[in-house]
Amino acid sequence: MKMLLTGNEAVARGAWEAGVRYASAYPGTPSTEILETIAEYKDDVLAEWAPNEKVAFEAAMGGAFAGARTLAAMKHVGVNVAADPLFTMAYIGTNGGMVLVTADEPGQHSSQNEQDNRQYARFAKVPLLEPSDSQESLDMMKVAYDVSEEFDTPVLVRMTTRVCHSKGIVEVGGRVEVPIRPFVKNVQKYMTVPSFAQKMRVKVEARMGRLLEYSDASPLNYIEWNDRAVGVVATGAAYRFAREVFGDRASYLKLGFTNPLPDERIREFCAGVEKIYVVEENDPIVEERVRMLGFACSGKDVFPPYGELTPDVLRKSLYGETLPHLDASAENVVARPPSLCAGCPHRGFFYELGKRKNVIVAGDIGCYTLGFSDPFNAMDYNVCMGASISSGHGFQQVLDMIPDDKRRVLSVMGDSTFFHTGFNSLLDVIYNGSRTVNVILDNRITGMTGHQQNPGTGFTLQGKPTKVVDIEALVRAIGIEHVVSIDPNDLTAVKNAFDWAFSLDEPSVIITRWPCVLKKFTEADKTEFPTIFKAQCRVIEETCIGCRMCLRTGCSSLVYDAATNKVRIDPAQCVGCGVCLQVCKPVAIVKEERRNG
Amino acid sequence: MVRSILLVGVGGQGTLLASKILTTGLMQAGYDVKMSEIHGMSQRGGSVSSQVRYGDKVESPVIEIGGADILVSFEKMEALRWLPYLNPKGKAVVNDFELPSAPILAGKSLYPKGVLDELRSKVAATVVDAAGIAKRLGNARSMNLVLFGALVAGMGLADIDWETVISENVKKETVEINLKAFREGMAQARG
Repeated sequence: MKMLLTGNEAVARGAWEAGVRYASAYPGTPSTEILETIAEYKDDVLAEWAPNEKVAFEAAMGGAFAGARTLAAMKHVGVNVAADPLFTMAYIGTNGGMVLVTADEPGQHSSQNEQDNRQYARFAKVPLLEPSDSQESLDMMKVAYDVSEEFDTPVLVRMTTRVCHSKGIVEVGGRVEVPIRPFVKNVQKYMTVPSFAQKMRVKVEARMGRLLEYSDASPLNYIEWNDRAVGVVATGAAYRFAREVFGDRASYLKLGFTNPLPDERIREFCAGVEKIYVVEENDPIVEERVRMLGFACSGKDVFPPYGELTPDVLRKSLYGETLPHLDASAENVVARPPSLCAGCPHRGFFYELGKRKNVIVAGDIGCYTLGFSDPFNAMDYNVCMGASISSGHGFQQVLDMIPDDKRRVLSVMGDSTFFHTGFNSLLDVIYNGSRTVNVILDNRITGMTGHQQNPGTGFTLQGKPTKVVDIEALVRAIGIEHVVSIDPNDLTAVKNAFDWAFSLDEPSVIITRWPCVLKKFTEADKTEFPTIFKAQCRVIEETCIGCRMCLRTGCSSLVYDAATNKVRIDPAQCVGCGVCLQVCKPVAIVKEERRNG
Repeated sequence: MVRSILLVGVGGQGTLLASKILTTGLMQAGYDVKMSEIHGMSQRGGSVSSQVRYGDKVESPVIEIGGADILVSFEKMEALRWLPYLNPKGKAVVNDFELPSAPILAGKSLYPKGVLDELRSKVAATVVDAAGIAKRLGNARSMNLVLFGALVAGMGLADIDWETVISENVKKETVEINLKAFREGMAQARG
């Protein structure tokens, strides 16, 4: 049967067909839909969101030790979080097959960096597969599980955004039921005390030797002979892009099994062509191997080491220009940056925060990162998941060393980020006696990646009701004495919370609690927030003086008409959060019952 | 022979449904099809695109600069933003519909006045009042099917049984109105 699937859907399908029984992940673009798709195979696979990628990897690892085929999936930076268990599991090996899918982001469409996670395969000494499209995503998952069990190792599969989020026609198959292998107690295999781990270390090298033979024999590394004047060595999506540009004229060495790289195949191919181009996104990993094997080639000297190697980028690198095209005049194209949605509960918070002076705002990863931008300008830096509270602590410690420096640090992150690694950061704050203001923006869901459940929402990935972790109780339990929960749409409450927190010389936590406007509200939400989005705001035209104060809230439902010097509110967007109404001095905005649903 | 269709608009405008119908129909008609989208942060009120390529054998799911045979823009200004991706000999189908972006809403810029003039002066452009047509038909949300109809006519793909594909991919109660929108869009592009 043929289906039109994204790479993420195909990876999930491949895992299911390979007999996977247990899967764990933390959401992150472009990986999120892998686990969401696996979750649909409810009868065969238990799929779970973990609080972070390290936990996800470890849960899948435990399941594999217990003898089932398991999967962990995450975005590229998530593998940094999961790197600790990955490196040591590479020594131990596995029982049931285990695959880690990394979704890399050449081009950084939704990411803070562009790290090439193929380096992790080399670094941790695990096999690596690189699909170039949806069909390969499905097929390679099956190969990955066989390799994992045959060679007793976790396997890394590297996807990239264009593979994850592109659809292609895929021939799908049925599921193979793979029995759970018995776990046999064997401390020399599973205990990593130095005396055993030293022996494992030797075995890892022997395994890499056997994997090299496998790589050379693998049909995933194949040669397409055409004209031999130009030979292209390519991996992943870059192979598809290269085919567009070089067409059927060039010969190709298509690499799908890329750690270890197939030295014999590379030699055979490179000896058979005149000019060699290595086309791979990000780091020159294949290129360095080709050179090491003694072949002169072009790679990063011609193609950029960053961004995607889409056909236009390849064309420009090779020939100096893209296909003929037209440019638009700059005056007719106004920028369209992403912004907080109308009704976003972060708006009121950042509106008030932006007015504060002498505050350093440590930001984090989520929709609320947009707090840095116009019109709020209320964030000074952000780095990685969970880093705002810990780095904010360090920042404050140093500020306090500077004589007469009165600046205070406010660290801000979302609920899911707090569960991810923010909680550990808060332990640092309380343990080391900090005085930072720590804000948890609890919008009752994992927002930016598209509404995944988390330990605070009351539901599992597969929709089952579960325990709700109470953030306020958790924060108090570790010793934070100054805690307040507020409605972020109430600007007075936000302002008062800031005044109170900055007056303290001890650490405080402010929890803002209001659901994401795009969330599907649960019964619990409806009970807790009975007024939620039942209203709508409207501008009384005669009263509006055109002062545009309301526009400083940055809400997309507010439209300023220069001709009339008035603002109006788009009823299709407004959900009546009332933030604009509170900043309107002439009282020209009223809140009414919602009419259109 | 591979052909490339670029659908652009603003996050939340319904380019997704149009590209789903398009890829489904093309696959059923026996073409190899690939489609690419970018998700994530760019979705929050930002500029979005769906790229569809079809033919005997498609390699890249991505349309390169100067590579699109047709550019269908669900929003006026977005047509110009994505213009470099259109083959200068290709066609543009443009919705005569404005969604002001953040700097415009904030009063820092004005919505540009010369968008359609510039487009018409540079490429073969069909301007469709999809919003007006959809409203007249009784459902503002069927705007994307009007544009889809114009796309089908513009690409000469009318032989495919789109009405069945549409019927299977929209909500039951909206089938009739969406089919009307589709036919109206086809008629507009045939002009």
